[in-house]
Amino acid sequence: MKTQISKTSSPPISMQQQIFLKKQRKKHHQIRFLQIGLLFFLILGWEIAADTDAIQAFIFSSPSRIINCFFVMLKEYALLHHMWITVLETLLSFLLVSLISIFLAIILWWFPTCSKVLEPYFVVLNSLPKSALAPILIVWLGNNMKTIIIAAISVAIFGSILSTLSAFVSVEGEKLKLIKTLGGNKWDCLRLVVIPSCIPAILNILKVNIGLCLVGVVIGEFLAAKSGLGYLIIYGSQVFKLDFVMLSIFLLCLLAMILYFSLQGVEKHFKGHF
Amino acid sequence: MDNALSINHLSYTYHSINGETNALEDVSFFVKQGEFISLVGPSGCGKSTLLNMIAGLLPVQQGEILIQEQPLRKSQKTIGYMLQKDHLLGFRTIYKNILLGPEIQKKCNTQVKEKADALLKKYGLYQFKDSYPKELSGGMRQRAALIRTLMIAPDILLLDEPFSALDYQTRLNVSDDICKIIKEEKITAILVTHDLSEAISVSDRILVLSKRPATIKATLPITFSIPTNSPREARTREEFKDYFHLLWKEVEDENENTN
Ligand SMILES: Nc1ncnc2c1ncn2[C@@H]1O[C@H](COP(=O)(O)OP(=O)(O)OP(=O)(O)O)[C@@H](O)[C@H]1O
Ligand SMILES: [Mg+2]
Repeated sequence: MKTQISKTSSPPISMQQQIFLKKQRKKHHQIRFLQIGLLFFLILGWEIAADTDAIQAFIFSSPSRIINCFFVMLKEYALLHHMWITVLETLLSFLLVSLISIFLAIILWWFPTCSKVLEPYFVVLNSLPKSALAPILIVWLGNNMKTIIIAAISVAIFGSILSTLSAFVSVEGEKLKLIKTLGGNKWDCLRLVVIPSCIPAILNILKVNIGLCLVGVVIGEFLAAKSGLGYLIIYGSQVFKLDFVMLSIFLLCLLAMILYFSLQGVEKHFKGHF
Repeated sequence: MDNALSINHLSYTYHSINGETNALEDVSFFVKQGEFISLVGPSGCGKSTLLNMIAGLLPVQQGEILIQEQPLRKSQKTIGYMLQKDHLLGFRTIYKNILLGPEIQKKCNTQVKEKADALLKKYGLYQFKDSYPKELSGGMRQRAALIRTLMIAPDILLLDEPFSALDYQTRLNVSDDICKIIKEEKITAILVTHDLSEAISVSDRILVLSKRPATIKATLPITFSIPTNSPREARTREEFKDYFHLLWKEVEDENENTN
C-alpha cells in the first residue's frame, strides 16, 4: 500500500474531485448492474413463458432447451466443427478484405484520375444489396468454401475501399506540403503522413469489416454450404428444429462479440497519440 | 559576393475552372547572403505564392529564380520552409519529428543525431525530446518546428507567417527567440508577415508588395545606429518609431489604392 502511494507523485485530489469520482464510479456500476439484470430478466422471462406454455417452446425454444441442444449438438452434430468453419471463413475473408482494400485505396490515392473514373462504379457496387450476388457466385464458383469467402468479401470490400480512400484523401494538404519542403516525394508522403495518420480511421473500418464479413459468411452458408453456423440455421429451420436455429443465432452473437472486442483490444493498444 | 537568391521578372498565374488568377506580376528582387528580408503586403496579394515558388512547390512559369546564380532546379542548395502552423506529426515524438527531414533524405546518422541533440539542448527542448507534440505549448511547438527545419541545414529559410497562430504575448517571445536563432545560425531568411512592427524589428530590409497581382512596390532598408540581434531590443530603439511611420505610410498608400 505504502509503495503504491510513494510511486504516484500526482498531486493530492481535492475532496470535491473525490466525491465526483465516487459518483461517477457508482453510476458506472449501476449501469453495468442494470445491463446484466436486464439480460437475466429476459432469459428468465423467456424460460418461464416457455415452461408455462405462454409461448410454444417448440417454435420459440427456451433457454434450457438451447443449453440442452448445445450439449447434444456438441456430441452428435460436431458443433465445434461448424463453429470453427464459420470462424475460419470470417477471419479469412476479413483478412483478404482488409489487405485488398488498403492496397486498392493506396493505388487509388496514388492515381487520382483512376479513382475519379472508378468512383461511380464503387458507389453503385457498394449500395447494391450484396446478397443478390450470392446466387450468381454459386453458379460461377460452385458449392464450396471459396464461394462463401468471396460472398463475404463482396459484402464488405466496396465500402471498405471507399472509406479507406476518403480517410487517405482527408489528410491535411499542408502536412503533405511539409514533407515536400523537407525534400520528400509522394512515397514519403504516403508512408510518413498518410498511412500513420489514418491508423485510427483504418481500425474503425476494420471493426465495421469484421461485422460485415460475418454477415457475408452467413449469407454464403445459407446458400452454398455443408457446414458452418449459417448452414445449421438453414438446416434447423428445414427440419423444424428451432432449438438448432436459436442456438446457432446465439453462437453467432457470441462470435460477433468476441471478434469485435478483440479488434477493440488492438485499437486500445494503438490509441494514445492520435 | 553572389546573391543568395535573385528573383528576376517572375510572374505567376493560377488556372482553375472559375477562371485565372494573376498572382504575381514581374516581381524582381535579390537577397544577399545572411540577409533577413521581410515581405509585407495586403492579404491575398500573392506572398505565399512567391514563397511556394522559391521552395519549388510551384513551377516557374515566367521569369527566373536563381539560387547563388544557379537556376532553382539545378541548384544543390537546400531551402527550408516554415509554414504558418507547426504541422508536427501527432503520432511521433518531438525527437522523431525533428528528424523527419534527415529521415526523408536518408541521412539519419550519428552526426545528425548529435546535431539534433545539440539544437534541442540549445533551444530548451531537450527534456521534451520524448514527449508528443500535444504535450507542448504553442511556442514550444513552433520552436520544435524551427529545429525540424534547421535539421536539413537550409541555405535559405522561408517563413510564412510562422507566428500568426500564437497569442500576442507568446508571439513576441517566440518571434524574438526564433529570429535570434536564425541570426545566430547566420541563415538567409525571408519572412512573410502582416505585423509591421515585427517586420521592422527582425529584418535588414522590408519589401512592400502591391495588391494582387503582386509587384514590389517599395523597399525599406532597416539600419539601426547600434546594430542588434535582438528584435526585442530593436523595438525599444528611437529609430523604430520612424521606420514604423514610413512603413505604415507605404502600406496605407497601397490600401488606399485598393479602395
Ligand atoms: N491553388 C490556387 N488556385 C487558384 N487560386 C489560388 C490558389 N492559391 C492561391 N490562389 C489565389 O492567388 C492569390 C494569392 O494567394 P496567396 O496565398 O499567395 O496570397 P497571400 O499573399 O499569401 O495571402 P495571405 O496574406 O492571406 O496569406 C489569392 O487571390 C488566392 O485566391
Ligand atoms: Mg499566405
